[in-house]
Amino acid sequence: MKDLSYHILDIVQNSLQAGASTVCIEMTEDTEERMLILNISDNGHGMNANELKLVTDPFFTSSEKKKVGLGIPLLKQNAELTGGNFSIISRRGKGTEVSACFRTGSVDMIPQGNIASTMRLLIGSNPDVDFRYSHCKDNNVVELDTAEIRKELGNISLGCKEVLDFISDFLNTGLKDISVDNNYAINEQ
Amino acid sequence: MRSTNNKILNKQIRELKIKKMDKIKNLADLRDLKEKLQSKTKLRDKSESPEQMVQVKVAMATCCIASGSRETMNYIADELNKRNIDAVVTQTGCMGYCYAEPTVEVTLPGKEPVVFGYVNPAKADEIIEKYIKGGALVEGIIPVNYQKIDQ
Repeated sequence: MKDLSYHILDIVQNSLQAGASTVCIEMTEDTEERMLILNISDNGHGMNANELKLVTDPFFTSSEKKKVGLGIPLLKQNAELTGGNFSIISRRGKGTEVSACFRTGSVDMIPQGNIASTMRLLIGSNPDVDFRYSHCKDNNVVELDTAEIRKELGNISLGCKEVLDFISDFLNTGLKDISVDNNYAINEQ
Repeated sequence: MRSTNNKILNKQIRELKIKKMDKIKNLADLRDLKEKLQSKTKLRDKSESPEQMVQVKVAMATCCIASGSRETMNYIADELNKRNIDAVVTQTGCMGYCYAEPTVEVTLPGKEPVVFGYVNPAKADEIIEKYIKGGALVEGIIPVNYQKIDQ
């Protein structure tokens, strides 16, 4: 995977496969500690203890069509390459929480990529699922909650092009704003 | 490690300053958008008769994502909308043709599904123009559901 946005898209596919109706994606960046935590949690059907043990094995998959399952192993690898860590908690019937911590100072740190494009695709193809995305960088936060948008829009589907444009615009400007803040701070130093 | 993570999270929750002004402005924008969309006379409900429409399924598993199916899918959804073609664009799991990702399955109304391989935005454009609009097959078909002549 080239960047974090692809990892998010990939991991969330697992949540959707597990029948989740709410998916929470949280990115927490700390410039001082040089750390980035990616946390994805869902309320899907979860895994039992045995599956959970095997989930980081690239040759374990729940699919019958193929023999490998690389999504989680690749995320784990990318996190660990930077000197970070990876954890996954799951309970049958409750849901799953995937958490990856990256050391952003490492040369192996992957870029964040186009988050807006990932969210656009996810929301566009699953307009009835509640997605919550929050990106927290030091003191600044960008939050997106599709349940809130759905409430506001009433009977208009979230899959409609104009709404998706609105969402990607909102994320693009929001994420740009918080990264600009940071560049400014570095220049001042 | 977990305690460090928690420490950072707690610190950030303490210092959380949501840009409230921004949020209010965005909600107002959203209401404007709603009015604009509602004033459109016809709001199509795509789920009502999917057999009547072009169905496009883009594979979206790890192998596909790594090969760029996100760009392909966003491109197809955008372009079909721009060119006023009634279509349902959905995502599907790995079809088992990982060597030919990104793969796209197109079903024209009343026809058998056709799977295309190596679909980048340029190929997607060709598929829309030639196959979806004109019904002419283009190169790059993966023979998934072919039938033998003696069957």
